[in-house]
Amino acid sequence: MMKKKLLSALLAGVMLSGMLSGCGGGDSGGSGGETAEEGKVVNIYVWNNEFQRKFNAYYPSVSKTSNDLSVTYLEDGTEVHWIINPNQDGVYQQKLDEALIKQSSASADEKVDLFLAEADYIMKYTDPDVGAAAPISSLGITDADIANQYKYTLQAATGADGEIRGLSYQATPGMFVYRRSIAQAVLGTDDPDTVNEAVSDWDKFDATAEKMKAAGYYMVSSRADTYRVFSNNVSTPCVDGNAAVVDPNIMKWVEQSRKYTDEGLNHKVGGQWIDEWNQDMGANSKVFGFFLPAWGLGVCIQPNVEGTDADDDWAACSGPQPFYWGGTWLLAAEGTDNPEHVKDIMLQMTTNREILRAITVEDNDMTNDQPLMEELAEDPSFSSPLLGGQNHIAVLSDVAVNIDLSNISPYDQGFTELFQNTFGDYFNNVIDFETAKSNFETAIAERYPELTGGVKWP
Amino acid sequence: MDKRSNAILTAIAHVVLIFLSFLCLFFFYILIINSTRSHVELQRGFSFLPGGSFLTNLNNVINDPAIPILKGIVNSLIVSTFCAAITTYFSALTAYGLYAYQFRLNKAAFTFIMMILVMPTQVTALGFLRLITTMGMDDSLLPLIIPSVASPAVFYFMYSYMQSSLPLELVEAARIDGSNEFGTFNRIVLPIMKPAIAVQAIFTFVGAWNNYFVPALVITSKNKQTLPIMIAMLRGADYMTFDMGKIYMMITIAIVPIIIVYLFLSKFIVDGVTLGGVKD
Amino acid sequence: MQKEKKIKGISYAKWGYIFILPFFLSYFIFSLIPLVDTIRNSFFEYYTSGLKVVGPNWVGLSNYTSLLSTDLPKYAWNTFVMWILGFVPQLAIALLLAAWFTDMRLKIRCKQFFKVVIYLPNLIMASAFSMLFFALFSNAGPINNILMNLGIIGDAIRFTESTIGMRGLVALMNFLMWFGNSTIMLMAAIMGINPSVFEAAELDGCTHAQMFFKITLPQIRPLLTYTFITSLVGGLQMFDVPQILSNGQGTPDRTTMTLIMFLNNHLKSKNYGMAGALSMYLFVISGILCFIVFKINTEKEAKPPKDEPKKETKGARA
Repeated sequence: MMKKKLLSALLAGVMLSGMLSGCGGGDSGGSGGETAEEGKVVNIYVWNNEFQRKFNAYYPSVSKTSNDLSVTYLEDGTEVHWIINPNQDGVYQQKLDEALIKQSSASADEKVDLFLAEADYIMKYTDPDVGAAAPISSLGITDADIANQYKYTLQAATGADGEIRGLSYQATPGMFVYRRSIAQAVLGTDDPDTVNEAVSDWDKFDATAEKMKAAGYYMVSSRADTYRVFSNNVSTPCVDGNAAVVDPNIMKWVEQSRKYTDEGLNHKVGGQWIDEWNQDMGANSKVFGFFLPAWGLGVCIQPNVEGTDADDDWAACSGPQPFYWGGTWLLAAEGTDNPEHVKDIMLQMTTNREILRAITVEDNDMTNDQPLMEELAEDPSFSSPLLGGQNHIAVLSDVAVNIDLSNISPYDQGFTELFQNTFGDYFNNVIDFETAKSNFETAIAERYPELTGGVKWP
Repeated sequence: MDKRSNAILTAIAHVVLIFLSFLCLFFFYILIINSTRSHVELQRGFSFLPGGSFLTNLNNVINDPAIPILKGIVNSLIVSTFCAAITTYFSALTAYGLYAYQFRLNKAAFTFIMMILVMPTQVTALGFLRLITTMGMDDSLLPLIIPSVASPAVFYFMYSYMQSSLPLELVEAARIDGSNEFGTFNRIVLPIMKPAIAVQAIFTFVGAWNNYFVPALVITSKNKQTLPIMIAMLRGADYMTFDMGKIYMMITIAIVPIIIVYLFLSKFIVDGVTLGGVKD
Repeated sequence: MQKEKKIKGISYAKWGYIFILPFFLSYFIFSLIPLVDTIRNSFFEYYTSGLKVVGPNWVGLSNYTSLLSTDLPKYAWNTFVMWILGFVPQLAIALLLAAWFTDMRLKIRCKQFFKVVIYLPNLIMASAFSMLFFALFSNAGPINNILMNLGIIGDAIRFTESTIGMRGLVALMNFLMWFGNSTIMLMAAIMGINPSVFEAAELDGCTHAQMFFKITLPQIRPLLTYTFITSLVGGLQMFDVPQILSNGQGTPDRTTMTLIMFLNNHLKSKNYGMAGALSMYLFVISGILCFIVFKINTEKEAKPPKDEPKKETKGARA
């Protein structure tokens, strides 16, 4: 422990002086002399510029970036090439898969070295039979290196053979973020603990929703807002053998959304990331709350309330069930020609406490260092202005330890997307329940031809 | 025909035209107004008056490295310009080859093109993608340009136009003057075809500019993306820096260059069609 | 006269071949080879599931039968409905405007301005236009906002959540993008008619309607056919607008899913077998359309008693 702290401090110091080359970053033992054999180009596959931004800002040996930001130059002359493809419609995975299939025949400068994955599909790449990602142990990363990371982040990245194949810099437990003014008006208090009492299980949540409606407010914006809270608490993975499985908990979501839509308990917004959803976070909104992780504060709410009187009108509580949303794992591609650089990037970005602290404080993101998060949770000087001075890490660090990822599957992203789309028509009264089910079956068969067993309904 | 009924019909025509023009322009008016307003202003509801965030939005868009829109404009211009030039030239050339010369396969060739006239390129997209990958042309602008040499519909237009406007006597006369066949095509036939070429160049340019299906499948790297691919990304759910002002500004940027091109060519196309070729 | 031409034609034959060579070479490489490859793939089970490639395994016609059992006919119907909803008003309005613009007896002011304006939407990138409509017609978007402020509606119209709304938006966009184009094309044809015909008709006291139906329409048939063809091609290929408007999902209930969107789904998921079989269905549909169009065109070419020496020469040789 002491040694790690020393190392971190040392690294932070060198980061400031900007002297250290990318390869010198660790006492990884016995590989220092191999620098000459490392390739000149590190190819990193990502779906947006979020990690790229953090890398350019915090990775110690970054020297400069190209004008279009497609290349980051390290101090030892190595070029980091960013290959960005959007997540939507599975494009990111398709492009990544194409590259990984060609990996063994690709020239050194074209090989995938590092790629990122989200919880929804990380299992696809940690499968030892697929051989896409290298175990971190093969890079020389030890259990001691990752002792501070949240267990669920390691669990998510562990393959069937027990080897960990990915590391995350983020921790993405979720919370229920609500409007203080609406809580005051309807529940008579905006105190997070008291409000949490009113939403601490689904029955109470529903009862509070009725109160909100009676007072002219909406409990949530979209049916999609509650989806993850249900889907993260399923009892089986969404695919069993060659059949897709719909968990009873998902059907509870359907029931709830039907009720909320019919009775006007939600604002009937079609989904997340659309204009209406954003407007519901704005100052004039009548929506009580949103289920969001830490990054949601900066990414979702902040831009919609900036400069309005709602910019400190929020508070957070843990809500009915623990859930998470998103998360970014770094995976070393099998066959990389830059193992030392990859190892260093993974270690620096996911275990260097000073970097993680900076990301937490400056970027408003929760990071994957449990002791650090627990320290910040207790730190009275750490708080979010958006939440009226509340310390959201205090809420989230309790949730983080309760996250259970044992039921994730490689199909989660497609399943979620297709399920919400097909049942959206049902909630909008375009089709009946049975049609929604058969539409979902068609959609699954189209997206995943290998799932010949159809869909099992509870 | 009396003057009064003409006057009434003229009035009706104006009402209809004004309504249609309103329909055409209104959406773009909203677009331009909204591109001048900030995200928070837009959240408050629509206003008919512009806001003050035009430059902020413009800066946000141009300086967003995630979507290099200027590069996209350049890529789109390259593809569309080459497509328009290549399609019109080779379609006219092919039409002339079949119109002016008699040879054994003439009828067969003509029949073949007429048979594939409405064959969508999409039906062979699968084989096309696999082919260009084998040829090492994937993720390049070339496969978006080269196949436009063969454009059956444009050929048919050119051929029809030649039938109505290109008397073979003119070609005969050129031969008597000692012009070689290629020279005759370039110096005599092409100028006569100018109105047809102008119309088809615009249509082809617009077609290539609009084209989203094939480029989205062919192009993988960011710096080769054409504009439609970038615009389509806006609809994506994980577009991190969500800002409606920026989205409206991006759509505006995607539309303005083409309108400028159009303003230069509109006289050419609208008047060009009336020029006609040599008749009778 | 005819004999002379024939002899000259033969001596210049090689130029004919040279001039049409680039077209056929390009078509052979970029369309025929891919076509053969597409046909071949349609008989195999061949897809990529994540990082695992399954196949190619010969499966005969099973891709074809399994496509028919899915929603293929529905997507064909969707495509047709959205096309016809846009095309009918497009052609009607275009004919009307083209007739007005070319009628010298009507004193239409700012003709140039109107022509430029109605053609404008055709230049707008379909994906940008679609993205714009998505933003404008969303439940909390400017259109609903304006209608509510004007007191025309109380609650937002949920355009993007109903079948009629979505198909209507797609048709409206198709109409807006293409009616100006058709107008300009038809005007060109009408202006190509010898003005003396109109002058004579005017002297004979023809009404506007008579002139339109008895002179204009028969004279511009070739270009009407051309407009119909291009629109048909466009309709069958309908993709960008519904794709972006519905985010590739064909929402609601897949009622805006077109054939090409369906193909795109299979191409993107690298299901070569299914994409191949679907392409072949499209190929057959297109083939039938091609044949109809071919018939129309060849009948038209055979009919006119025009003085076309070239055609007679051809006929004499055949």
